[in-house]
Amino acid sequence: MELTKTKNDREVMIRMINIHKSFGDVHVLEGVNLNVYRGEVIAVIGPSGSGKSTLLRCINKLELINEGAIEIEGTIIESVNMPDYPVASNQQVKASLGKTGMVFQNFNLFPHMTALQNVIEAPIHVKKIKKEEAIALGKRQLDRVGLSDKYDAYPSKLSGGQKQRVAIARALAMSPDVILFDEPTSALDPELIGEVLDVIKKLAEERMTMIVVTHEMSFAKEISDRVIFMDNRNIVADSPPDEFFNNQEHPRIKAFLEKMLSNKN
Amino acid sequence: MALLDYVTTILPQMMIGLGTTLEMYFASLILVLPLGVIFAILKLMGPKPVRWILNVYTWAWRGTPLLLQLFIVIYGFPVIGINLPKFLAAAGVFCLNMSAYVTEIMRAAIGSVDKGQYEACKVLGMSYPQTMLRVIIPQSFRIALPPTCNEAINLIKDTALVSVINLMDVTRTAVIIANRDFRIVSYIIAFIIFLLLTSFMVKVFAYLEKKATAYD
Repeated sequence: MELTKTKNDREVMIRMINIHKSFGDVHVLEGVNLNVYRGEVIAVIGPSGSGKSTLLRCINKLELINEGAIEIEGTIIESVNMPDYPVASNQQVKASLGKTGMVFQNFNLFPHMTALQNVIEAPIHVKKIKKEEAIALGKRQLDRVGLSDKYDAYPSKLSGGQKQRVAIARALAMSPDVILFDEPTSALDPELIGEVLDVIKKLAEERMTMIVVTHEMSFAKEISDRVIFMDNRNIVADSPPDEFFNNQEHPRIKAFLEKMLSNKN
Repeated sequence: MALLDYVTTILPQMMIGLGTTLEMYFASLILVLPLGVIFAILKLMGPKPVRWILNVYTWAWRGTPLLLQLFIVIYGFPVIGINLPKFLAAAGVFCLNMSAYVTEIMRAAIGSVDKGQYEACKVLGMSYPQTMLRVIIPQSFRIALPPTCNEAINLIKDTALVSVINLMDVTRTAVIIANRDFRIVSYIIAFIIFLLLTSFMVKVFAYLEKKATAYD
């Protein structure tokens, strides 16, 4: 495996080693290896059912792997059939998982809480931050995603784009080191996609480490440092966006890109 | 007017009956909601023996006639040496009966909350009790309210069963007056009283539902 090719000098933030995952008899991931470096924005693309979302959900243990090891910031959080990679203590695992944030396709906001309450829920009850401090923090995060006028709005009163921005603010309020985006714009009306992508773009400029599973090719092209293409239960390409989109030789990927682009019209 | 005179003479007796019905109703109802919620939570996340006991409880209480339960407690328990005041025993039976239904309603409501909510809690680092108490159960209330309202209305009518154990509620009073005077006016008054009571409870629950869905 050429895992750490040109990037030995940079800090590996997430290391996925030989990840196998199946649901019943269906194999979804077959020996996936991936390193994510601090400050990197990775776009994960590929056809449906190729394991993109599952890969992402394995990182924070929303899905448990069948084999392999996962390391976050030097802490091995999960290890199956990999004796060389002993799992850290429960406490360390929990702390490392706490360094990951996630944004879902369907937002998963708490419908019975206002935007601000959604954002401050975990800081108050998980991080045990004082309420006044949490409110200030929550407002800052909502300001950051351009929702200064929606503190007290319930999710039902927000558009899809606004909901997803609240979800991003909620993730940011836990000051994560990496944010995992699981198709953050797939549930949005086309005219609302831009406002969410703009927020993610802003985070990219601030060098937030992000892994974004997406179908937005132009977005992947524009903001990612690396494009990962998944097909048939594994990563089949891992390259900078220029190379990926402009000099694509791989026939499967070429066909996929052509299809994605023609769908746009 | 003869009818009006008659109504005014029997109304005070009917009102005493109404008092008994209301006491019985609210004495039964007051513990139902907390019990239903606590039982549902225990059924979902309690220790195994507790879950097993609660399963037997909802199974037995939902699976037998309320009238039979009433007879067993009122006439059966004294045989094995348990003597409860009649009113208290009846209220206890009604309470446990409705609680069995509300437990199942709450359990189903909790189960119907989207699994994305659990995932959102998990990625935010919330513990299971925090997830349940702060996110899942508050949302399940709103799902559980309409069927619970049905149960609350049923309970008003079920209290009429106390007439067979000789408690002088509205129904029992109406029957006695009708037999004594050979007139059915007392039945009509009882009919109206129950309609007013159930309408009032419908209003109360409509208000609660509005409160619970304020965020929609």
